[in-house]
Amino acid sequence: MVETVRVKTMMPPGHVRTPAYLRGKYGVIERKLGEFANPERAAYGLKKEMQPLVRVRFSMQEIWGDAAENPDDTLDAEIYVHWLEKGVDEIGGVTDAP
Amino acid sequence: MGGQDTDAELPDDHDFALWEKRVDALMVLCSTKGYFTVDGLRRAIEDMGEDAFETMSYYERWVAAVNQNMIEADAYTLAELGARMEQIKVRGTTYGEASDG
Amino acid sequence: MPHDHHDDDFHHSGMSPSGHPYREDDDHPLTYWQTMEIAMRELLIEKGILTPAEIATQIDEMDSREPANGAAVVARAWVDPAFKERLLADASEASREMGYDIGPLRLIALENTADTHNVIVCTLCSCYPRNLLGLPPDWYKSRSYRSRVVKEPRKVLAEFGLTLPDGTTVRIHDSTADMRYIVLPARPNGTEGWSAENLANLVTRDSMIGVGIPKSPA
Repeated sequence: MVETVRVKTMMPPGHVRTPAYLRGKYGVIERKLGEFANPERAAYGLKKEMQPLVRVRFSMQEIWGDAAENPDDTLDAEIYVHWLEKGVDEIGGVTDAP
Repeated sequence: MGGQDTDAELPDDHDFALWEKRVDALMVLCSTKGYFTVDGLRRAIEDMGEDAFETMSYYERWVAAVNQNMIEADAYTLAELGARMEQIKVRGTTYGEASDG
Repeated sequence: MPHDHHDDDFHHSGMSPSGHPYREDDDHPLTYWQTMEIAMRELLIEKGILTPAEIATQIDEMDSREPANGAAVVARAWVDPAFKERLLADASEASREMGYDIGPLRLIALENTADTHNVIVCTLCSCYPRNLLGLPPDWYKSRSYRSRVVKEPRKVLAEFGLTLPDGTTVRIHDSTADMRYIVLPARPNGTEGWSAENLANLVTRDSMIGVGIPKSPA
């Protein structure tokens, strides 16, 4: 079952590891990676907090639109789950929880 | 960063200078010993701002970031660092002369 | 009595993994940041946080990590299908099998196929499979590469001299968190029966990052 997600659009300052070029983009979960220490806390010497991490695959079409060199090329990035929203299917409804 | 700098050319390789290797070693050793995390290092570099990418080389940014993190870890004080840097400056005019090797 | 003076005969003589002598520091004016490095190192030693031996050992270990290590892993995957499966399932464990210490980070091997070509980047900083391949090249750490390869990868690959066959899909991997990546390039044609050792000589660093492919047999 392919799980569509969308990267949140928020733009907080400081040490976040969700690249700006992916904010607001839709992708699919390529694989789940397990839990890792949240870098947003580690960067400031705060107590370690384990968070689930996934690899999300985006099409270049989705990221760059008409500017994409080749729309079907892909980009995979590791995104912490707290940065992801559930995807929206073609009809426009919200998908069920995974 | 992704998608931003679309005109720039790719730099050629350079071999690493000894002082750069030492900065790298200090980073690995001090983070392994728990004084800071790689996240802290990255955060310190990001906090230097975009200008740092124009005015400083890769390992210059790293030594500044390692130092920032070690200060935050209370490994030594700014006064100690400043005093030592003043002493080092008068040892000689090149890295070779100034580091005791 | 006169004697020969070797240019690289200073504290850390020898060649860097690229085959060139270390860049000479000695005849350039001491910089603020070099002064900081010396001061930090001395203070950390005086305070008992580090020892000179640890620093020297760490530098030696870094020097021992070079693309040839990754090439050996790739070559073994080419000759040993069971190893290749293990590599694709858990590249950290497979590398450890061969005696390479990947450290705590997780390594993922990405297989190039007839219609898929993988390329690695870290847009946010310069994450790289250092423990297997050694220190990353300058271009990998440059803003130019980091910003352009996620947007116009084929143009960047062309600048590296690589044009992909029609129908190839390019997959970029942005190393944003705790994973590290190595590309498992396709085995060159005309190498049937070759030993892993000879195959390893065809595997370039650039082919394991994805901006190149292995050399062809002569």
